[in-house]
Amino acid sequence: MKSLLATLALTTALTLPGLAMARPVTLTTTLNNYGGDGAYLALYVTDTSGAYVGSLWMAGGKSKYYEHLSDWYRATGGDTAQVNGITGASVGAGRTLEITLDLADALFDAGYTLHIDAAVEDMRDSPNEVAVPLTTDGAGTPVSGRRYIASFAYDM
Amino acid sequence: MIRALHRWPGLLALALVTILALSGAALSVFPAAERLAAPQPETGLTVAALADRIEAVYPGVEQIRRSPSGRITAYWFDQGAPGAAVIDPATGEGVASADPNQAERWLTNLHRSLFLGDGGRIATAAGAAAMLILSLSGAALVARRAGGWRHWFARLRGPLAGRLHVEIARIAVVGFVLSSTTALWMTASTFDLLPDGGAIPAIPTEVSGATGFALDRMATLQQTPVAELRELSFPYPGDATDVFTLKTDRGTGYLDQGTGALLAWTDLTGWERVSETIYMLHTGQGAATLGLVLGLMALGVPAMGVTGVVVWLAGRRGRPRIRSNQPAGRAETILLVGSEGGSTWGFAATLHTALTQAGQKVHTAPMSAFAPERYATAQRIILLAATYGDGAAPASAKGFLDRLNASDRAPDISLAVLGFGDRSFPAYCAFARDVAAAAQAKGWPELLPLDTIDRQSPQDFARWGRALGDVLGIALELSHQPVLPKTETLTLVSRRDYGAEVQAPTAILRFALPHVSLWQRLRGDGFARFEAGDLIGVLPEGSLVPRLYSLASGRRDGFIEIVVKKLPGGLCSGQLTALEPGDTVSAFLRPNPGFRPGRSRAPLILIGAGTGIGPLAGFVRGNTRRRPIHLFFGMRHPDSDFFYGEEFPGWQDEGRVSRLVTAVSRGARPHYVQDALRSEATQVAELIRNGARVMVCGGRDMAAGVAEALAEILATSGLTPAVLKAEGRYVEDVY
Repeated sequence: MKSLLATLALTTALTLPGLAMARPVTLTTTLNNYGGDGAYLALYVTDTSGAYVGSLWMAGGKSKYYEHLSDWYRATGGDTAQVNGITGASVGAGRTLEITLDLADALFDAGYTLHIDAAVEDMRDSPNEVAVPLTTDGAGTPVSGRRYIASFAYDM
Repeated sequence: MIRALHRWPGLLALALVTILALSGAALSVFPAAERLAAPQPETGLTVAALADRIEAVYPGVEQIRRSPSGRITAYWFDQGAPGAAVIDPATGEGVASADPNQAERWLTNLHRSLFLGDGGRIATAAGAAAMLILSLSGAALVARRAGGWRHWFARLRGPLAGRLHVEIARIAVVGFVLSSTTALWMTASTFDLLPDGGAIPAIPTEVSGATGFALDRMATLQQTPVAELRELSFPYPGDATDVFTLKTDRGTGYLDQGTGALLAWTDLTGWERVSETIYMLHTGQGAATLGLVLGLMALGVPAMGVTGVVVWLAGRRGRPRIRSNQPAGRAETILLVGSEGGSTWGFAATLHTALTQAGQKVHTAPMSAFAPERYATAQRIILLAATYGDGAAPASAKGFLDRLNASDRAPDISLAVLGFGDRSFPAYCAFARDVAAAAQAKGWPELLPLDTIDRQSPQDFARWGRALGDVLGIALELSHQPVLPKTETLTLVSRRDYGAEVQAPTAILRFALPHVSLWQRLRGDGFARFEAGDLIGVLPEGSLVPRLYSLASGRRDGFIEIVVKKLPGGLCSGQLTALEPGDTVSAFLRPNPGFRPGRSRAPLILIGAGTGIGPLAGFVRGNTRRRPIHLFFGMRHPDSDFFYGEEFPGWQDEGRVSRLVTAVSRGARPHYVQDALRSEATQVAELIRNGARVMVCGGRDMAAGVAEALAEILATSGLTPAVLKAEGRYVEDVY
């Protein structure tokens, strides 16, 4: 366990392409029709104690708006290095964001939680919109968010 | 240079800038509407009291925001369902939906990115940059045209499109500059090109661990008036390590939910403050009135686009191609042109063609390209120079005088200067005169003395051409047609004859109004709109050179009337005075906005002799508002050439003319119109001191005599005809 966590810490990101102890995971996030501009979404992982471990994806390219993803922002201090190379466009209302990543096996069934913070211009900030424990059993089970996310699921 | 800097960004960005301006104008309404609709808090209300009120109504409150308009919005969760509302601060209760206004959202996205994401944002920023370049170059052009920044609001003359363009610009340019610079700043901020990101204090690691401290007892919230609030975020329910986050106009801080203590605080950075001020100036959010003013100014952009294109097309139409232009080093005649709008180029092209046909090698170029060292085989230099504004060099002659003055001596090639201008301006051909004086001072040999062309007169030009031909020993017939407007066929309705007994046969000719198409009516083209004092150009049969006559009627009179004296051997006047009712002529309208009485109620002093009475009689006939008019009319003999003699008594009865003073030049005691003025000196001087406007129409000698008489009359009052001319209170239409 210790060595696996060390690996996580070393790579900072949680994706481990090409390693034997990783597997492709598809994250599917569908937004409801909230009637606003494109949503910024931050997908990140915390450990059992609730401490930030790393980011999986950032939907939204303008870092000046990241402060509205308030939990992610507090956890990282707004450090854009955390999402270098894993940043995409914001997601429009009613649209689906689908990303496939190679995630370390060690992330599953080990008390880690996947969080999504969401924010929309001129609408409420929604930190912790989704918080789901990463478990092998939970894969494929959709959950809904608090305000903007109609459904979120991870599939292995 | 400045003109090019104005023209090309303008044409290229026209559509884009128009979209930005219209969407911006529409958006400017929203902050004002929000300001009016938002319930405002009572003075002295603190964030502590407000938050307490809202929490009492919505126990699941998660965030409270205050927009710059003062609108307060609360967001909460009630049994897992998200809720939001605009809050009445007096009660803490929701009074309106907090959903974004869809129209505003659509307009905002159009305005900032044309719905095209980052590419669109860059395009709109380019539009803002074009707007800024247009504003600055345009302001420089207005200042140059008016004769300096001090004359920013000087009275304008010239065609309507150009005047409208400048009228709107000199008021709205402030808004354009403000909106475009702030837009560029905001784009830079959006793309993280400015260090204006928010500084947020690090989350405190040590908290009390307790929860439930009453909001209305938290000292920091008690000290913060609602007017300073931006955002108050509540801790997660059940998370004792979380904190309250407070954002105000001054900065951001964290509050302990168990003790209410301020755990950390960071002030706004200077950059943030600047960016926020700029955001406010651009959007009007927090400055609704300014926003509305900027929005109104933005509405001027489409109008300026249309008038700008009209001005550009008019300039382009007037500038012909110069055929078989010789290189400067091989030409015998160097033809240099100083033109502002392009019309002088037309004369240059005619001269170029005529000289070329006479076997000359001619090089035509702008005056700004003056380079005497290159004129190796030149035998003469001809300058055709218009004047810009208050005597300044026109666009294509920039730098000419500097270069001439800086040179040791003038080139040893003989020179002719021909000035182009409008006699109704005080600085008539002033630039050409300056050039001629500078050339003389440098000892430049003279080919022909300085001559001038008034209002693009083809006759003046043809006369000068003959003089030039005489000097060169060639027959030079210059028939210049300043790109003739489309002519209409006018049918004579009636004629009245005068003057045969005094050897000056003259006719008042009245023509029927021609049919005017809808398109002409829309554009005010042709005879769709005209006033007395405007000109018609008549094309006599057998000549392509039009002759100009002043109109004695306006569109409202329902006919076209001119007064024509038959000149000995005159082609056009001969044909006109021979017309019988039913006969037709080809003619076009040329507006003459410099010679109009204007809408003021100030008295008018109209002075005319001979056929010059035409437009003045037209003013009298159109004076239904009974503005005081004092008319001085010089004639040869009242029994013979008292034009409109039949109408004047009726006009006097109806109050259209207050006073008619006539001067008769034939008889025992010859009396001219300037003598009539002198005999009424006291009254004339008093009228002028009290703001009267003087309008003179007639022959050149008469106008000179009138100016002299007025100078005498006004000598004691400190006014001169020149001062009156500069104020636009003394205008002439002479021929």
